[in-house]
Amino acid sequence: MSDHHDDLPRFNHPVSTKLLFGVFFSLIGLTVLTVVTSALWKVSELPEAFAFPVAMIIATMKAFLVCAFFMHMWWDKGFNVLAFLSSGLFVALFIGLTLMDSSHYQENIDSFPRNNVKQPVIVPINDGGNVEET
Amino acid sequence: MVDTATKNRIFGTPKSTFLNHVNTISSWMFTLDHKRIGIMYLVGVTLALFLAGVFALVLRTHLFTFDGEMLTNAQYNQMFTLHGAVMVFSFIIPSIPAALGNIVLPMMLGAKDVAFPRMNLMSFYLWIIGTGCLLAAILFGDGLDTGWTFYTPYSIETNTGVVWATFGAFVLGFSSIFTGLNFLVTINTMRAKGQTWFKLPLFLWSLYATSIIQVLATPVLGITLLLLIAEKTMHVGIFDPTYGGDPVLFQHFFWFYSHPAVYIMILPAMGVISELISVYSQKRIFGYSFIAFSSVAIALLGFLVWGHHMFTSGQSQVLTLIFSAITFTVAIPSAVKVFNWLATLYKGSILLNTPMCYALSFIFLFGIGGLTGLFLGALSVDIHLHDTYFVVAHFHFVMVGGTLTALLGGLFHWWPKIFGRMYNDFMGRAFCFLVFAGFNLTFFPQFVMGARGMPRRYATYDPEFLIFHQISTVGAFVLGVGILGAFLVLVYAAFKGPRCGANPFRAASLEWQTSSPPDFHNFIHQPVLNDPYDFDSLVYDEDLETYISREFADPEKVPPKKEPVHH
Amino acid sequence: MGLAKTRQSPGLLLLLKLETDMATVDAHADDHHHDDHDHPPFIAHHFDDAEQQFDSGKLGIWLFLVTEVLFFSGLFVAYTLYRNHHPEIFQQAHVFLDKYLGGLNTIVLLFSSLTMALAVRSAQLGRNKNCGIYILITMVCASMFLGVKAVEYSHKWDMGIWVRSSWSSDADSLSYGHHEGQLGIAKSLGVSDRLIWLSAIPAVLLAGSLIASVIGFVTKKELFGKFMLAMSVMVGGYFLGAGVGQVYQNVKEGSGDSHEHASLQEQQPMQLLAMTQEDQDHADDDKKSDDADHSHDEEHSHGSEKAEYDKEHPDPETLDRDIGIFFSIYYCMTGLHAIHIIAGIIALAWIYWRCLAGHWRSDYFGPVDYVGLYWHLVDLIWIYLFPLLYLID
Repeated sequence: MSDHHDDLPRFNHPVSTKLLFGVFFSLIGLTVLTVVTSALWKVSELPEAFAFPVAMIIATMKAFLVCAFFMHMWWDKGFNVLAFLSSGLFVALFIGLTLMDSSHYQENIDSFPRNNVKQPVIVPINDGGNVEET
Repeated sequence: MVDTATKNRIFGTPKSTFLNHVNTISSWMFTLDHKRIGIMYLVGVTLALFLAGVFALVLRTHLFTFDGEMLTNAQYNQMFTLHGAVMVFSFIIPSIPAALGNIVLPMMLGAKDVAFPRMNLMSFYLWIIGTGCLLAAILFGDGLDTGWTFYTPYSIETNTGVVWATFGAFVLGFSSIFTGLNFLVTINTMRAKGQTWFKLPLFLWSLYATSIIQVLATPVLGITLLLLIAEKTMHVGIFDPTYGGDPVLFQHFFWFYSHPAVYIMILPAMGVISELISVYSQKRIFGYSFIAFSSVAIALLGFLVWGHHMFTSGQSQVLTLIFSAITFTVAIPSAVKVFNWLATLYKGSILLNTPMCYALSFIFLFGIGGLTGLFLGALSVDIHLHDTYFVVAHFHFVMVGGTLTALLGGLFHWWPKIFGRMYNDFMGRAFCFLVFAGFNLTFFPQFVMGARGMPRRYATYDPEFLIFHQISTVGAFVLGVGILGAFLVLVYAAFKGPRCGANPFRAASLEWQTSSPPDFHNFIHQPVLNDPYDFDSLVYDEDLETYISREFADPEKVPPKKEPVHH
Repeated sequence: MGLAKTRQSPGLLLLLKLETDMATVDAHADDHHHDDHDHPPFIAHHFDDAEQQFDSGKLGIWLFLVTEVLFFSGLFVAYTLYRNHHPEIFQQAHVFLDKYLGGLNTIVLLFSSLTMALAVRSAQLGRNKNCGIYILITMVCASMFLGVKAVEYSHKWDMGIWVRSSWSSDADSLSYGHHEGQLGIAKSLGVSDRLIWLSAIPAVLLAGSLIASVIGFVTKKELFGKFMLAMSVMVGGYFLGAGVGQVYQNVKEGSGDSHEHASLQEQQPMQLLAMTQEDQDHADDDKKSDDADHSHDEEHSHGSEKAEYDKEHPDPETLDRDIGIFFSIYYCMTGLHAIHIIAGIIALAWIYWRCLAGHWRSDYFGPVDYVGLYWHLVDLIWIYLFPLLYLID
């Protein structure tokens, strides 16, 4: 999809403006979609468990568009692509193994005595001062 | 065959070298030359080594008596913390890659410099700033008593200079990333024409594997330390249990970096040893591709075993089992290397000079260090040995017995190349013996007392352990004298040693194909690319009194090339 | 594959390529480049050709992006962990984030990514002027993003929302709405003091760059004058963003609109308020609460609007005691992201300067490409932050 310019050095692949705008509008569309779907779970009968995966899938689709076309990964050297994508693998490893572990001792943290800091509550603005005075 | 004048110009001792071509203070401070940056790094890490070494000697002196009257308990805690933090972050991690690797790597590739020279200089200045911040913890922050691991929640509670020290380690992390990134790109894009991956010297493979870890793991240290600073200053509640945070999470964060970092420390050492064993056996390295891939395998497996530091931290059983099992697999590539080195020695023409003595000590000490690691990876044994002197002895065998020994071996190997002068080999070997003996005297008793239950990081101990501690203290001073002596031999040689030729050791990698010391641009000619382990490609030149490539020699004077022997 | 480089030539040995005339070597150790005749000035001395330089830089920036991803990964781990163990905190807390302001920022960043990609294209074709225009738009979007962010932050601070340990302790320290001691300028603009303080830095930068621009034009340093003028336009983007965000904020509060996050603001404006245990006991006594157990370990506290709140949200009784962890993570993630935006603006300014100087050509556009990749990564991280922080249900 990149423009073909015979006079350019071979490491130079300009991307056509048409494609760039197409990607941009798809990204906007997906952004709107993710905002809409986030509200969808309230009004419809669909199980809320889908909310998070759907949001992540849409985000990943957007990430793909940005990486592949804005970042020229589609035309880039395989090694560069491999290097960048491998970071995702290590992040997954980091999150996965840590997550596997932490539920084991979560109870201890929940029952650990907290510092005596202020407790957040919701009060009307105009009553704010009253709480202190009472 | 080239004419004699050209040959002499390339390999003879030059008038203008990278050391003297411009010699003002600013020409060193703002140099972009990788060799000069490497030398500045070398001076820096050596100073860090001696500083942290003095801390170690103070500790050992304190432990000479069981009631430890020399230091207060708080001072003792600060001493071992600073010893660990300075040794790990300021010395071992940059030692071989940033000092030795910086000097040698571009020359091994036949390149003029690393890919990003300014970034290279930046890395060195970040090292200075980071080390400065670590030391500022002593001056402005009432010391540091958390241990080099900064474990929460204690690091949040203590009033010592945790913020200074963590900021220092954060900056040192970036210094390390810059070096690693530079090396990865340099090896990828700046190899000499025709130098394919499997014609690289094994030192470069190990530096490549090291750099992978530096680039992938060090950023996690960065965010960990930033979050720790945020936790300490603002109590964000991520690590602090009194605000609902998870203190064990800190250990996960920390070891996700710091376990791979252990391989940042040992992998370059293994690369140096691969070079030394081959050159001083004058024999092709045995199992080249196995050694090469085992470096990469260690680097990648290193990311899967961090939990073995947390067997007693309340980690879940399942994860403990997984981490223990993967820990054992790291032994495979490590053993592959050791067996290949031994096979290289077999029937080689072994030259027992100083670098080779260090290389052989390395194999012995790393063998012990590696095998005791398996004890610690075994779950049931680790519960007993965790946080005892056994652990201390284990990692000192790997880090000092491994990395420091290899650093010294590498310095003695490349010193004539860097400075064009030869050291006194007898003195070199003598101090090598002191290092080896002192090291074993220091740390072997620690295995025994650790197995008998002597916990680490204690300022006083049961009189039962007195004799072991006393032997250990005596050994530490012997080790200290040995290291000091080794550096004195090197420094003396750099200034007063006799001139040596371009390639006194008959080594075949590209850095030996230029004059000693090298030209500012490394090569004044296009180096002849040959197999880095084909020693028969070099012949002795009587005029220059050194080894040069066959292509430069008079064909009538040199012995015919041996046909490769196939087994 | 990148492993097998194209520049390799087959064969083990390359023949000697000795320089025929080496007489100059000793005299000028510095000057012996091998290929001086085809070594243009934009290629650093240690690279052979433009392609090697470009490839090195490109691999370098990709590896740098890898480190950036792993740098952020720690925060994603923290996020995943706390969301996994305490989903209720995230349920309760996300209503304090405005998804429309977040969405606006998403679109601003996506647009800046588009203009960045167009800038790279222009540089690739050697069109320095177009490249400069696109980069300027990118920078304006970047500071507009920061402007919106400043409105969001100051709004939260006004509501007393800080990190876990430091909720505002009493109503006096809150500056929600009009209050005594408010800055005059804040009062007249109808904005919070904290927004004014935040905006002081860009205001100084704006004034400084305008003055510098005038000086540049007066002293006939056209390039410098143009550059500083562009910088003042860039800083103006901040005020555009802050203005749009503030107008939105005022409209929302004025109309008490009916989106779900307004459930906390149904009758009258609400705020988060921190209470000590004693405060809560008082409050509970007043409400004649029959629940006698107020131990710290219980996740119960009693806001005065409990009953109404429960109608909307039957699930959580009141806010979780650890709700601040969400905001800690929020501030860490968005704060670190904002630092990256600022770094991006600095890098873009450098590129812009070189556009004005006309440096880019079809065989030398690397720096634009590299800064572009960095900028897209900043966008990429926001693409994930937006649903993770703003769109929780």
